[in-house]
Amino acid sequence: MAQIAEHYTEYHPRWLRPHISTYWWLRKRSYFAFILREITSLFVAWSAVFLLLIVDAVRGGPAEYGAFLDWARQPWVIAVNAGSLLLVGFHAVTWFNLAPQALVVRLGHTHVPGSLISASNYAAWVVVSVIVGWILIGYGPQR
Amino acid sequence: MPKQIKLQIARYRPEQESEPVFNEYEVPCPSDWVVLDGLNHVKDQLDGTLSYRWSCRMGICGSCGMTVNGEPKLTCATFLADYAPGPVRVEPLRNFPVIRDLIVDLGDFMQKLVRVKPWIVRAAEKPLADGEYLQSPEEMDEYKQFSMCINCMLCYAACPIYGLDPKFIGPAAIALAQRYNLDSRDEGAADRLEILSEHEGIWGCTFVGECTKVCPKNVNPAGAIQRYKLNAALESVKSFFLPRGA
Repeated sequence: MAQIAEHYTEYHPRWLRPHISTYWWLRKRSYFAFILREITSLFVAWSAVFLLLIVDAVRGGPAEYGAFLDWARQPWVIAVNAGSLLLVGFHAVTWFNLAPQALVVRLGHTHVPGSLISASNYAAWVVVSVIVGWILIGYGPQR
Repeated sequence: MPKQIKLQIARYRPEQESEPVFNEYEVPCPSDWVVLDGLNHVKDQLDGTLSYRWSCRMGICGSCGMTVNGEPKLTCATFLADYAPGPVRVEPLRNFPVIRDLIVDLGDFMQKLVRVKPWIVRAAEKPLADGEYLQSPEEMDEYKQFSMCINCMLCYAACPIYGLDPKFIGPAAIALAQRYNLDSRDEGAADRLEILSEHEGIWGCTFVGECTKVCPKNVNPAGAIQRYKLNAALESVKSFFLPRGA
């Protein structure tokens, strides 16, 4: 006959409450991708701060802007920015792919397919990138 | 196709164990047997002490949700042959307290479900003599997807946020709230928003998206929550600029 556990009473359930591991996000690929997306938010924040620093340097005049460029040319800043570019790209892609979940667009009696909503986000991304690129090339440092 | 497949079933008998143990059983594996058939075979032929829930056997009642090889599944819709040559590991749904073997306590969900008022709320009922509340097929299409929820709890089992913070109202309850918000006959959206705007409501969701992936009825709870967030944000902006209402 089975050994009766000390605290067990017949008519009251003794629930088992499984512990969730600190490393739950390593259990599944999709959980890991989610955590990666969340971590990349830090690099989105860094990109915003860097942009504000540029604006502040430009506001301060040519000397301050030159000093900022010297600081930004340091290898570690370039490395952080190159990494940020990749990770912000990843962050953007994950959100563009998830956009159809939040946006339900109707045209007349039909729902716009989710793929079209994602595609419009990507299209907007390309258009904005081209405009920024055109500005940078057109108004960048004169050779 | 193997004639037999091994089931590794989590057993938790509170009078015997303080931690779950796995018992192994060999069950037949014809191509039309689902995991639930395997469990029924164990119960009927091999070990009558095994405890689990099931009812309709056709993906309607939502009572046979379990963790199969690490994934939340309806065991009546999960074929044993897909896991050949095995073994197939069957555990209770994650993120819920286990009462016995494969049976979990769903009381927490039941309490949360009532809070979001998953029924049609009317400010004032019209007299019976005025007839039914009519609805067009287009109006029904708005909420039909969310009305397919069978409360199987696979979404809660897949949601790491619910696992880490059990106060989170959770995917199915929010999807069902959204089902009534989108119903043209309902007038209870403001009441529900009050509850769902709390920290443990829609804002608790960080959009992992697993709830939608595991849903056997394609309800898309993650979509419901994100739409709700958008709606709540618009309502906040409106109440800021138009504090006395439009």
